[in-house]
Amino acid sequence: MDYFAQQLINGLVLGSIYGLIAIGYTMVYGIVGMINFAHGDVFMIGGFIALITFLLLISTGLTAIPVILLIVLLVSMAITALYGWTIERIAYRPLRHSFRLAPMLSAIGMSFVLTNYSQVAQGARVKPIPPVITGGYTLHESADGFVIQLSNIQIIVVVTTIVLLAIFTWLVSRTRLGRDMRACEQDQTMAALLGVDVDRTISMTFVIGAALAAVAGLMYLLYYGLVDFFMGFVAGIKAFTAAVLGGIGSLPGAMLGGLAIGLIETFWSAYFSVEYKDVAAFSILIVVLIFMPTGLLGRPEVEKV
Amino acid sequence: MTVISPKTASASRSAGIPALLKTAFVNALIALVLFSLMVGIRTEAGSDGQLTYWTRFGDVAALVAAVFGGSIVIELLRQWIGPAGTEKLIPPAVQTGMSFIGRYLAPALLIFTLLVPVIFYDQRYILDLAILVLTYVMLGWGLNVVVGLAGLLDLGYVAFYAVGAYSYALLATNFGWSFWVCLPLAGILAAFWGVLLGFPVLRLRGDYLAIVTLAFGEIIRLVIINWQELTGGPNGVSSIPRPSFFGIPLDNSDSGLAARLGIEYSPTHRIVFLFYLILALALLTNWVTIRLRRLPIGRAWEALREDEVACRALGINTTTTKLTAFATGAMFGGFAGAFFATRQGFISPESFTFQESALVLAIVVLGGMGSQLGVALAALAMIGGFELFRSLETYRMLVFGMAMVLIMIWRPRGLIGHRAPTVYLTKAQAISSDLVKEGHG
Repeated sequence: MDYFAQQLINGLVLGSIYGLIAIGYTMVYGIVGMINFAHGDVFMIGGFIALITFLLLISTGLTAIPVILLIVLLVSMAITALYGWTIERIAYRPLRHSFRLAPMLSAIGMSFVLTNYSQVAQGARVKPIPPVITGGYTLHESADGFVIQLSNIQIIVVVTTIVLLAIFTWLVSRTRLGRDMRACEQDQTMAALLGVDVDRTISMTFVIGAALAAVAGLMYLLYYGLVDFFMGFVAGIKAFTAAVLGGIGSLPGAMLGGLAIGLIETFWSAYFSVEYKDVAAFSILIVVLIFMPTGLLGRPEVEKV
Repeated sequence: MTVISPKTASASRSAGIPALLKTAFVNALIALVLFSLMVGIRTEAGSDGQLTYWTRFGDVAALVAAVFGGSIVIELLRQWIGPAGTEKLIPPAVQTGMSFIGRYLAPALLIFTLLVPVIFYDQRYILDLAILVLTYVMLGWGLNVVVGLAGLLDLGYVAFYAVGAYSYALLATNFGWSFWVCLPLAGILAAFWGVLLGFPVLRLRGDYLAIVTLAFGEIIRLVIINWQELTGGPNGVSSIPRPSFFGIPLDNSDSGLAARLGIEYSPTHRIVFLFYLILALALLTNWVTIRLRRLPIGRAWEALREDEVACRALGINTTTTKLTAFATGAMFGGFAGAFFATRQGFISPESFTFQESALVLAIVVLGGMGSQLGVALAALAMIGGFELFRSLETYRMLVFGMAMVLIMIWRPRGLIGHRAPTVYLTKAQAISSDLVKEGHG
């Protein structure tokens, strides 16, 4: 039971990170109707920028960890968002009205560019950082000595996720930008006729998605203490699985799907085999699409002729 | 649903020098922010696990300058040439000339390919490269059935290649079966996996299908890595038997082919044999594809590619249509895999990564989906081009990714050519598939 509770905590933390990446997929899919294949690599870039900023701040002699983390968060969000914006401008905007395989292939190309760009720029080796946030709470100690731990970093990951999710849900449901986004999702032509700047709205979608991926990158760095140039690929597919599981196009769905994938992966590793955890996650994608093509919170899709 | 943005249409037309400089300046500024940390600061983990860093501001400055200069050049080119189009890029006269050549290009290329071992008999490197190119031609033609003809985006094609390779390797090393028995088995097993993959994805739309096939490819790779008892895990399978000339080994011994023919033995014999073997397999793929295209099933594939909803309305069974496309494509992937295993003599999961799938897909797309000659030329260009970058190993995939993006922007329907559906009720030009709105099939 205690072991189960500990795995539940670990799974929820991992799920939060997946959920943050999944939001980027779900928003872009909702508006443009394409899978932003390079989104996993945007997450990886976010992790790298967080690492480098962190390293620079430490070397200036700054010691206040909360201040450092806040600056790292803002810098990595800003620069990664610019990456998202640039990717959309270069690789996707020219193809918006092209035939449907074109943006997909261009996104795959972009994914290769980003992976190999960071390999060339930062080298192929894993980059570790020393533990930044240590300590935690012991929730429960059983008779045989098994301890349920809730570390501070786990609390930070979950709280950050909840706060950001609240901010972005508010952004999408209450602000002018959010209204424009939902209008574009419904019908881009009509939205354009009614004075919505479609290009700008789509750019903003990519910017927000990339910023959230950067947060996920930072959380990943703090939680696992390392980044490497190849981590975007698998994390990307899992986050996409989360988005599909939750019902693509739905923000709460992406978060829910992320948590589900995180839990499934953690429990699979804990009770079955660590080696096959990715197989389990990918198999879920296939199973979900067979039985629930619209996901947990998705709307049934109308076939347009 | 075509939304023409007036802003982008007019902005690129009449921009003066100040506007030009402003655009270039803004682009340079963006590049500065993008590259500042990723390129400017190089991190490296020391032996004690401590991260160190050093700065490379010179590289950042060079990149930013390149972006500044590049955006001026691109902007000027855009103003002088206008939007890129085939008519402007290649004059009509040249185009007619090219299509005239095109008619004789395929037979000429085939004759040249048949003569390659004769011409380059002494150059082992060229023969090896030719075998590699032909392997990719075969893979491209195999995937072309799925992507080019049926319009189903398959990102996990390498899984079938892996199934074929491992089928042959395991059957040959464990049971000692000959290549000629294993080859059809490898194809059948791969086709079986194709059907297995086909079932769950039948109801999916284009993009979902792509991601599921990708996941499937990864599952196969992960299983191969982790199922150590069967596949040898990351160590792979080694000492896979070489193919025999229909039972006669191609070696130095007294019962070898050279001894039986009474000629002096040379290791090149086996290379030449492998060359003709893969050529035969590739031509078989091509021949079957061309034959199938004229049969009802091939026409159903093409109809599916053009519009799935209309397809279903006309009573075409989309389930069997998709399954047969998957199975046929997978079977050829399996053949190619078996050949790969026998050529290498050693296989490991590293040969079957997503990159490989993307490379084959890029060949199909670059060649123009559905065009047989285009795929062959694209394989030649991509694999040959890859060879040119051999010395710049780290930059190869970077350049490959950039090329993929640029090709999609420039010619989304493929560089070399694209095949319109085989049958039309009216003239072919009347409804080229370029003009038909994509159904979300």
